[in-house]
Amino acid sequence: METIKDETIKDLTIKANDIRKSIVEMLYLAGSGHTAGALGMADVFTYLYFNALKHKPENPYWIERDRLILSNGHICPVLYATMAHAGYFKIEELKTLRKFGSHLQGHPHREFFPIVETSSGPLGEGLSQAVGMAIASRMDNGINKTIYCVVGDGELNEGQNWEAIMLGAKYKLDNLIVIIDRNFIQIDGTTEEVMPLSVLEDKWKSFNWDIQKIDGHNFKEINHAIYHAKNTKWKPSVIIANTIPGKGVKEWENDYRWHGIAPNKDQYEMAIKELNILGDKLK
Amino acid sequence: MLNQNLKLNTKIFNSDVEKKSTRIGFGEGLLLAGIDDEKVVGLCADLLESVKMNIFTDKFPKRFIEAGIAEQNMASVASGMASMGKIPFITSYAIFNPGRNWEQIRTTICYNNQNVKIIGSHAGLSVGPDGGSHQILEDIALMRVLPNMVVISPCDAIEAKKATMVIAKTESPSYLRVARNDTPIITTEETPFEIGKAQIVFGPENGLAQVGIIATGPILYNVLIAAKKLESEGVKIKVMNLSTIKPLDINAVISLAKETKRIITVEDHQVIGGMGSAVAECLSEFYPTKIEFIGVKDQFGQSGTPTELAKYYKIDTESIIESIYKILNK
Repeated sequence: METIKDETIKDLTIKANDIRKSIVEMLYLAGSGHTAGALGMADVFTYLYFNALKHKPENPYWIERDRLILSNGHICPVLYATMAHAGYFKIEELKTLRKFGSHLQGHPHREFFPIVETSSGPLGEGLSQAVGMAIASRMDNGINKTIYCVVGDGELNEGQNWEAIMLGAKYKLDNLIVIIDRNFIQIDGTTEEVMPLSVLEDKWKSFNWDIQKIDGHNFKEINHAIYHAKNTKWKPSVIIANTIPGKGVKEWENDYRWHGIAPNKDQYEMAIKELNILGDKLK
Repeated sequence: MLNQNLKLNTKIFNSDVEKKSTRIGFGEGLLLAGIDDEKVVGLCADLLESVKMNIFTDKFPKRFIEAGIAEQNMASVASGMASMGKIPFITSYAIFNPGRNWEQIRTTICYNNQNVKIIGSHAGLSVGPDGGSHQILEDIALMRVLPNMVVISPCDAIEAKKATMVIAKTESPSYLRVARNDTPIITTEETPFEIGKAQIVFGPENGLAQVGIIATGPILYNVLIAAKKLESEGVKIKVMNLSTIKPLDINAVISLAKETKRIITVEDHQVIGGMGSAVAECLSEFYPTKIEFIGVKDQFGQSGTPTELAKYYKIDTESIIESIYKILNK
């Protein structure tokens, strides 16, 4: 749909807040993991699982489903939490994140959790797989599937992405939508210090992709971008979603030190309190 | 004498023995696999004719993806295609596929357990004049270390064709090592082929063998010539074609070692980490045996004819004969 109802936005906002609470809790219980990126992408994931994907959580292997590839696997707490809230598995299971024998490995692993579309963690490889899925889907014509791929901005340092970007344009994969988590941080500092990506939209444009730039926390903008991307013909689409790392917990927002750590007990309690207050306001 | 239970090529010892490259065997096998199953698709990295994938794509142009000179992307694209039910064959020179794209193969193919077939062509010293940069001697080591991976190094074009057809029907990541040059046809269409089954292709007419030689790839021909020569000198030899390096035919290897007490491994590959290492891992655990390793000894290759290089790096027939006498006198 081109427009989104205020009511839907309200529901999605509440849902995203619940998912953030799950993310904070599971990371606290795990004692390690990546907090900032997971919280930053909670709105995009909520939108995808609750308003965009053609899928059946009760039948995860449904062959006609859209595919969502998470390339930057370290933000998997947001994938796991959103899938649990969407009904793929019990929310209670989120507490097993990073534990021995868990479905929810530190980075997604299909052997342990076959309902994720791919294993990921090593960066720069998801987009290629999404391109492969889009090509295969095209070969099979008939069924109209959309292949979504979420990539981090930092991982665009990996040259393999640019090989995939060329191939996607060559085959005019208009069934492929890439969403970049543009949060401007990576492990050693800001993306522009470590390896400047600017001007990111010009790079993709020159590779012949359809490009949109949005606020990754604004459901109206996310909705419009996905609608536009789905209706783009003869080109793959990329949506650069500007996000705030750590979004939802004021003390953590935009602080790159939260990239690769989990909250301790005090930090966890503070964050949950803050998210609860926010949740109460939303109702 | 040749083990004719395997219906091998009876003209193998003739000077005019028919020759064909294992890469052509792959191309012919892929065409047949493609006719048999429409899920079979081909990807290549700007070397379509070199790797003989054109035999397939001429017939099935819509089932072909030209990935450009970008082997890392090609491997992961194939993983994505496999996850959608395709059976992708990815091809290039072995130095790049699996040399350049090893981590993509590990993570997106093996760790994901996706049904992708990796074809490494122009493997080994036998590439010749192109020189050391293109003579990959490390691919068997790179592939056999990966969980879930099947590793096959066929001895001739016919075995390469069969191996291609069999891996297309076997749901597993697989690596097929083929070579550029025309090499003697050792097997026939009737010779059985099964993944994980080693074959004794040559043995004494009667009695037990004194030495067992295990070879992989077209270099098996050099071993057969050596065995034939030594047979006439009264040395009793058994020769094994170990075309599947992983999963290793442990029983066959142990049984050969038990009979001969002396094993020589022969490969156009580094001794470190190659087929000989796989045999040594097996025997040192289950039946410690004296082993001589014939292969490249921690060196890179260089330009030259395949014959010159085989002689220089001591993987030619004469070197094999020397090793046999050496191990017999130990």
